[in-house]
Amino acid sequence: MENKFDRRSFLRVTGTALSIGALYSVFPGLTRKAGADGITRTLLELNGEAPAPFSFMQLSDTHVGFNGPPDPLGTKAFESAVATINGLKNRPDLIIVTGDLTHDADSPDEHAKRFKLFKEISGKIRGGAQIKVVPGENDAALDGGDMFREFMGPTHYSFDHRGVHFVALDNVSAGRPEVGAAQIAWMKADLARFPKTAPIIVFTHRPLFDLKPEWEWFTSDGDDVMNALAPYENVTVLYGHIHRENFHQAGTTKMYAARSLIFAFPDPSMPAKKPLPFDKAQPFKNLGIRRVNGNADGSDLQLEEVELATAEFSGTVGMDQMLKHGNNDAKDE
Amino acid sequence: MKTTMFRNKVFNTAFFAAACGIVLAAGAPKTNLASAEVNPKVIEITAKKFEFTPTEITLKKGEPVILRLTSSDRVHGFMSKPLKIDTDIPNDSTKDVSVTPDTAGNFTVICDHYCGTGHGNMKMKITVVE
Repeated sequence: MENKFDRRSFLRVTGTALSIGALYSVFPGLTRKAGADGITRTLLELNGEAPAPFSFMQLSDTHVGFNGPPDPLGTKAFESAVATINGLKNRPDLIIVTGDLTHDADSPDEHAKRFKLFKEISGKIRGGAQIKVVPGENDAALDGGDMFREFMGPTHYSFDHRGVHFVALDNVSAGRPEVGAAQIAWMKADLARFPKTAPIIVFTHRPLFDLKPEWEWFTSDGDDVMNALAPYENVTVLYGHIHRENFHQAGTTKMYAARSLIFAFPDPSMPAKKPLPFDKAQPFKNLGIRRVNGNADGSDLQLEEVELATAEFSGTVGMDQMLKHGNNDAKDE
Repeated sequence: MKTTMFRNKVFNTAFFAAACGIVLAAGAPKTNLASAEVNPKVIEITAKKFEFTPTEITLKKGEPVILRLTSSDRVHGFMSKPLKIDTDIPNDSTKDVSVTPDTAGNFTVICDHYCGTGHGNMKMKITVVE
């Protein structure tokens, strides 16, 4: 199948500040592109929806149940994120959560309570948004994902949303940082029905590349996953686990890490993986979201700062990184 | 391919002993290097939540050693990308890992098989000297 549209402008996933959550605006730039009609029709047939501009939000590493020195506020940031989403003028109709919904617990009963609390808090998001989740190692590594499946559903799956194909990958429930041959084969088969230019968003917990293996910031068969994705020209990977922003590009695939809703880890250039200390004066330092709205072809981007719902905990420090990426001139960091 | 490399590096004790016997029977010259290759030093390392014992070992560049890994509680991981080590340590048997460091320096080995809430701090140091 030949697709003549400009792939660079076909799918623009514009990340915003990653912290309380990342709000991504997706601009499938089809309407003014030569050859766009064909791919639009194809995706309409495949997905039931043609690509259209939309926004979604990423939350990550809520660690429900954790309450310790790096963040004595427990679920406060998560609750604040929900309040912020509910306060948005145009609420996203899709929210993805990239793992470590819960903090691991020694007792299964306690862990079950944490899953219930995650569902209770996330259930307060108004507007009927779909909430799609993948597990983190805290959720699923000790029991192979049994409790996660009981409370949240499958650990890997795919779905289509507004013409974009989403793939949820599980790289934790094997116990090790691994996707596994069976899941990779499933993903290949899942993607095989799409043209190479289809817009694809993969979300997972751990980085799919060797970001810092000695901090367990890697996936052992990440190269196999990336090889399976390599034929596709419009792939974005969103992940969590590292509790901080990061951007990496492999070929045409862009990979973004989200901040957590619990505490931050240091930059990988630092010698020790020691959580950044809690700052009483700015308990949610670096938290806050930025919404990016744009036309269907990705032009005329409008940035909108969105403060946290609780003014006491608001803060929007460190947002320049994603702005750069939104301009399609991203570099490794 | 990492998996292949890993399989080349890890083998069980019985196979290793058999292999050594064949080499010795063939009359390998008893230089120091050959001796080290045929009969490498064995270093025992024990894993349990959330620590390795000992917490640090020193190896010599170019000198093969066997790391004899055991776990006293559950499955743990034992992984260092620079040293090309990547294995699980089962809780019901010993795992031998052959290592011949080719670079001097300090290397961190981590448990990469999630083992509980202290998992993130389970690591040890391998120092490789010239």
